[in-house]
Amino acid sequence: MTTLAHTKPVTKVASRSEPKPYVNPYVGGVLLGIVLFLAFFLTGNGLGASGGLNRLIIWIIDLVAPQHVDRVSYLIHYAGGDKNALDHWIVLMTVGIFLGGFLSGWIGRRVKLETVRGPHISVRQRWLLAYLGGIVTGFGARLARGCTSGQGLSGSSTLSVGSWAFLLAFFAGGYGLAYFVRRLWN
Amino acid sequence: MAPFPLFDLIGKFATYVIYLLIGISFGAVLEMSGFALSTKLTGQFYMRDQTVFKVMFTGVIVAMVLIFGATGLGMLDYNRIWVPPTYLWPGTLGGLLIGVGFIIGGFCPGTSVMAAATGKIDAMFFVGGILTGIIIFGESLGFFDHFWNSSYMGRFTLPDLLGVSTGAVVLGTVLVAILLLWGADLVERIYNPAKKRKPDITPAHFLGAGVLALLAVGVMVIGQPTADELWQRVAPEKEPLLTNREVQIHPAELRKLYYDPLVNLVMLDVRDEADYNIFHLKDARRVDLDKLEEIVPELQSAPDGTVVVLMSNDETWATEGWKRLVALGVPNVYILEGGINNWLAVYGEGEHEPLAADGDETLRYVFHAALGDMDPVAEPSQHDEGIEYTPKVKIQKKAPTGGGGCG
Repeated sequence: MTTLAHTKPVTKVASRSEPKPYVNPYVGGVLLGIVLFLAFFLTGNGLGASGGLNRLIIWIIDLVAPQHVDRVSYLIHYAGGDKNALDHWIVLMTVGIFLGGFLSGWIGRRVKLETVRGPHISVRQRWLLAYLGGIVTGFGARLARGCTSGQGLSGSSTLSVGSWAFLLAFFAGGYGLAYFVRRLWN
Repeated sequence: MAPFPLFDLIGKFATYVIYLLIGISFGAVLEMSGFALSTKLTGQFYMRDQTVFKVMFTGVIVAMVLIFGATGLGMLDYNRIWVPPTYLWPGTLGGLLIGVGFIIGGFCPGTSVMAAATGKIDAMFFVGGILTGIIIFGESLGFFDHFWNSSYMGRFTLPDLLGVSTGAVVLGTVLVAILLLWGADLVERIYNPAKKRKPDITPAHFLGAGVLALLAVGVMVIGQPTADELWQRVAPEKEPLLTNREVQIHPAELRKLYYDPLVNLVMLDVRDEADYNIFHLKDARRVDLDKLEEIVPELQSAPDGTVVVLMSNDETWATEGWKRLVALGVPNVYILEGGINNWLAVYGEGEHEPLAADGDETLRYVFHAALGDMDPVAEPSQHDEGIEYTPKVKIQKKAPTGGGGCG
C-alpha cells in the first residue's frame, strides 16, 4: 500500500482535485468593470442582485396568499392582480449570478459543501449569524432601493450622488462594527 | 446609439437571455475573485485582506472610464442609462445596514447568491435571511413609508453637486481611487504577514494605473456632448417629425390632455417673463430656453404617462426647446401648434382683440391687464366645444431602463 501511495498517478489525482487559486484582485476588478460597462452599454441597466431576491420572495407570497399581496401597497406594485413578479429582467440576472458562480467555481474546482467561518465560532453559531446578518441586509437593501451591486457598483460608476452616499455608509457600517464583532472572524 | 431598445429589436426572450448572460459573467467574476468565502470578504474590515476594496473600486473606475468615454464619443446615450435616483437618507441608512449585515453575516446580496451556488452553507442561510428581511420590510413599510420617500433628489449626479464637468469628476475619481488602491496594498502588507515577502509594487501595477489615468484624461479632453451636438446626432431621425408636423398639437388636443386623468401633463412656457406675466395657461411653468437642460432629470424621472407640451408665442422658441429635450432623451414631447397666439385665436374670441403686430414670437392680442393665469381664457375649458383636430399624441412607455438594481 505504501508503494501505491507513492506512485505518480495518485499524486496527480490529488493535485487535480485541489482548488485553483483566485485571480489577482486587479484582474478581477478590470473584468468586473468590463461586465458592468457592457451591462450599461447593451441594456441601459447596470448590475443588480437584491431586486431578483425581492421578486422571488414576493412571487412565493403571491403563491401562498394572493389576497394579501393585493392588500399591501408595497407588494401590489410587483405582483398585484395577475402580474407575475418573476417576469422581470432582474430575475434573470440573479439566476445568472447563481449559474455563473457555480460554473466558475466548478471550473476552478472550488465547489464544495461547507460552512466557512472564523476560528472561534461553531458551525451552528455561524449559520445563525449568517441568517441574522441576512435579515439586516435584506431590510437595508430594500430601504436603500438597491444593494452593493445596484447602488454600490452601478450607481457609483454612473456618478449618482445617492449611490456614493450609500457606498460610504456601507463601508462606515462595516468598519464601525468590525471591532465589536472581531471574535466572529478572527 | 446605445443603449438599444432590446425588447423592440430582438424580443423578450432574447433580451432575457442577454440579461442571463450578463448575470453569469457577473457571478463568475465574483467567484473567481474569491467572494464566496465570508472570511475573505470580512477580512476587508480587519485590514488583512483588501480584495473587496480592490475589486470593487477597480471595477467602478474601469466601468466609469468606459461609460463616459463611450458617451463622450457619442456611442452611448447617458440620458437613457439607469442612474439610481437619489433618496439621500433612506439610501444612506440602507447602506449602513448593509454594512452591518455584511460584518455580521459575512456577505452582501450578490455575493451570497453566488456563494450559495458554490455550496457554501453559510451563504444559503444568509440568502434565507435576506428573504426574511424583505418580508419584514414589505409588511412594516406602512409605518415609515414617509421616511422611505423622503429626501428625494431625482437623478442627481456628482457633476451637478460639485458644479464641475463630468470629465473632471471622472479624472478626479480615478486619481483618488489609484491612490487609495496603492494605500490598500500597503495596508495589506502591514496587517497580513503572509504577504510581506512579495515585492511592494510591480511594474504591472504602474502600467495598469498609468493606462487608466491616461484614459481618464482622454475622457476629460473629449468632454461630453452638448444638447446641440446630441440634436445633430438624432436630427436625421427626429427632424421629419417636425417637418411632417407630427408633434405640433392643436389647442383643442391640449385642452383634452389637460383633463385626461391618465395623463400627467407638464406644460412648459419658454417665453420671457414679461409675456408670461401678461398671460399664460393655468399650470404652465415658465422655463428659460437656456435652463431647459436643468429640468431634464426631473422630466426623465416623471411617471409613465407624462406628456410634455412646450409653448411660446408662435412656434419658433418652442421648437428650439423641443429639439433640446428630444436630444436629451425626454420621451413624449410636443409643441403647442401656433403657440399662445393660436390658443387665443381658438379660445380667446370675445375676450381679446387681435393686434396688428408684426414679427415672429410677438404676442398678437390686446391685453388690458397682466393677469397671468387669472385671465378668463388661461384655464382650459372643461367643456368639449367639438372643435375638430387631428390627434397627434401617442404616449410611449418609458424605455425599459427603469428599476436598475431595485427591480
